[in-house]
Amino acid sequence: MSSIVIVLFDGFAFGMLLFVLSVGLSVTLGLMNFINLAHGAFGMLGGYAAVTAMRLLGFPFLLALPTAFLAAALLSIVLERTLFRRLYGAPELNQVLLTIGMVFVAAAIATYLFGTVQQVIILPSWLRGSVEIAGMRFGVYRIFLIGIALIVTALLVFGLERTRLGAQIRAAVDNQRVAKGLGLDVEKIFGITFALGSGLAGLGGALAVEIVGLDPSFGFHFLVYVLIVVSVGGLGSITGSFVGAALLGIFDVAGKYFWPEIGSFLIYLLLVAILFVRPLGLFGKR
Amino acid sequence: MNQAMSANANVDTARQWLKRQSRWSPFEIVFWLALLLPFFLFPTYLPLASQIAIAALFALSVDLILGYAGIITLGHAMFFGLGAYAAALLAKAGWSEPLTGLLFAGVFAGLIGFITSFMIVRVQHLALLMITLGLGVLTLELANAMSWLTGGTDGLRVPRTWPIFNYFRFDLWGYTSYGYTLAVLFICFLLSRLLVNSSFGLALRGIRENVKRMPAIGSDHHRHLQKIYTISAAMAGLAGALLAQTTSTVALDVLSFTRSADVIVMLVLGGTGRLYGAIVGAIIFLVARDQLAGINPQYWYFWIGLLLMVVVLFMPKGILGFLSRLAGRRDND
Amino acid sequence: MTDQKEIVLRTDSLSKKFGALQVTNAVRLALPRGCRYALIGPNGAGKTTLINLITGQLKPDSGSIFLGGDDITGKSVSARVRAGLTRTFQINTLFPDLTPLEAVTLAVCEREGKAGQFWQPLSAHGAAIDEAFETLKSIGLAAAATRPTRTLPYGQQRLLEIALALATKPRVLLLDEPAAGVPKDESAALFEVIAALPSDISVLFIEHDMDIVFKFASRIIVLVAGGVLLEADPEEVRTDQRVREVYLGKGHHV
Repeated sequence: MSSIVIVLFDGFAFGMLLFVLSVGLSVTLGLMNFINLAHGAFGMLGGYAAVTAMRLLGFPFLLALPTAFLAAALLSIVLERTLFRRLYGAPELNQVLLTIGMVFVAAAIATYLFGTVQQVIILPSWLRGSVEIAGMRFGVYRIFLIGIALIVTALLVFGLERTRLGAQIRAAVDNQRVAKGLGLDVEKIFGITFALGSGLAGLGGALAVEIVGLDPSFGFHFLVYVLIVVSVGGLGSITGSFVGAALLGIFDVAGKYFWPEIGSFLIYLLLVAILFVRPLGLFGKR
Repeated sequence: MNQAMSANANVDTARQWLKRQSRWSPFEIVFWLALLLPFFLFPTYLPLASQIAIAALFALSVDLILGYAGIITLGHAMFFGLGAYAAALLAKAGWSEPLTGLLFAGVFAGLIGFITSFMIVRVQHLALLMITLGLGVLTLELANAMSWLTGGTDGLRVPRTWPIFNYFRFDLWGYTSYGYTLAVLFICFLLSRLLVNSSFGLALRGIRENVKRMPAIGSDHHRHLQKIYTISAAMAGLAGALLAQTTSTVALDVLSFTRSADVIVMLVLGGTGRLYGAIVGAIIFLVARDQLAGINPQYWYFWIGLLLMVVVLFMPKGILGFLSRLAGRRDND
Repeated sequence: MTDQKEIVLRTDSLSKKFGALQVTNAVRLALPRGCRYALIGPNGAGKTTLINLITGQLKPDSGSIFLGGDDITGKSVSARVRAGLTRTFQINTLFPDLTPLEAVTLAVCEREGKAGQFWQPLSAHGAAIDEAFETLKSIGLAAAATRPTRTLPYGQQRLLEIALALATKPRVLLLDEPAAGVPKDESAALFEVIAALPSDISVLFIEHDMDIVFKFASRIIVLVAGGVLLEADPEEVRTDQRVREVYLGKGHHV
């Protein structure tokens, strides 16, 4: 019984990590229909930024997290201006190829700079260990992860529902032509959303180091998870990403714990089954 | 501008124009003759040449769905691998005759392709990428879990393939292998060429150009898509079977995502939707990898990644499209 | 009132809502064989929606559609086309890289069930190619037959819309603003082509230019807020007080 609770907890925590990594892609895909397979690479960048900031600059962990966010967001602005923007409205194959090419290049650069070894982050002591509740031990860092994800969710929901930018983003996701007709600068809105989404991926990458480690294959490895979250949840839906990420996290951890031989098989079976029944994802509208 | 032609435009010129579109050009004949050169000029490279022919056949199968019907797939290695395992297991069961083995593998992969095609036609865009990716990984994980059948990560050793027509033995230097793979590639190419120049090929181009219009001209385009997906799956299965029969080993990597990604890279390098792009792309990709074998695979992918970005940004029709534009031929924008 | 000709297309209290908005309201239509009807109404009256419902791009909330006596309400778009109910689009919906000859040949092959044949070259379907060329010729596109569609002038692309529809051998042809975007002097020529279509095809067209409507339509259906306000002869529509108020009064002068 208690192992089920722990597995659910660990799975949910992992899901929350996936949520932070993928929610940005869900919103940008819903907004511009741009298939950005390099999203996971921004997560990797965030991870390396955090590791470097702590190791070379002596940043504390809590300062390394916003550093990771900023690094990914800034680079995404540069790349959006120079590369991504050229392919808005281009055939999806070209978007897929360009961004997959970027993942390859990013992995090679990471190898060149950091080697293929697994990177580690030394957590502050208050994030290590576990607390005991009702006779079960819960990892402090995982509680921290869930807390961060909930804060991010709250900020996103509040930001989208209550702020001017949020209203503009929602309008643009719903109907770009109407939004343009209303005089909104859709390109600028997208640029900002893109930077925020990539920043969140960077934050997720930094948070992920402790859980899954970090090496140059991160961009590829997590891309698949991120894409599952986005497609199962439905494009442009924060609720969808949240539910999709929680489901994936729980099934992944539970599958590997209870049925180690076929754990990853189950995930993909679920993916294919859900998309077969609901091609637009659980919460997708278009 | 072509007033002279339009003045006497009539049914005959229309027919002839259509016929001209599918005529063999001297370039094509020279191209195929050139593929015989390895026999005489680089006999030490015959095993590589076989690998190229197999990869080209695989890329050709992807071109049929991606280049002609516009279905983007991230999981076509699934059918390559199924074909490879089908041929290998048939041989393990005691039947190593190459042609029937090939046929068996193609039919098996085509059957699975037909079954999955019902899913493929239901979805587009990201969901399509994810379903193809998901089915590909699913098959890989399944093969891994069924290691009693597939040999798991250790792979299978395939019994030596019997001589073709009971006469051509598979030799150590790869003469027979290259002859065999090239012949199968050529036959599949001829069939593909016939297909893309048929009314069905026209329907596929219609789907690629404007899928929304197809129902409005009375087309049941889902059936077209299912048909080409099945044909493509069977052809990928043939390529996989060739690999199993000529190398006598099959390992899990026949099903890997990398293989699905590599084949798309080859196709895009060569140029999609022109059949020859698949072959040219396979040659460039595998020769380059062979020449750069010494470097770290990570850096190999750096160049691949960079090349992909350059092709997308500057040569959207691939290297063949780029060359034919340089030559000022029909592909102007 | 209506002549005693055979009714080819009939809709029975066809209704559709988008959210709270009633876009189609209990529409009852009957198109006799060989008719030339116009569908008019102010912007947002639901004209295109009605065509989308009849041809199957949208599913109605209630009501039925009959083609030659058969209930086709549940059929797919392509099945309706094969049964003889075809439309054109207000915005060019063509195959940019195909030539008109290829596109129309494709439509002919689809109609004959030959489009799935992959074992013989296209040139083996000589009769289909000939028919495609004749269709193009009949609407004045012979000279453009072998040029990629995207290089054709806009007006010729509008004609190709019609040629593609004709190639399906329709019994009923629904034309959604066939002259949309075409200069006024050219649009009359385009409607001459439409008027000259085979006399057994029933045509319903949407058009905003009242001169053209009164010139080419034998009968006019006035759609307002999703419902049929009036179906009558041009003369009657011209003088109807309600039509003047809701439609002609607003910026249109007869």
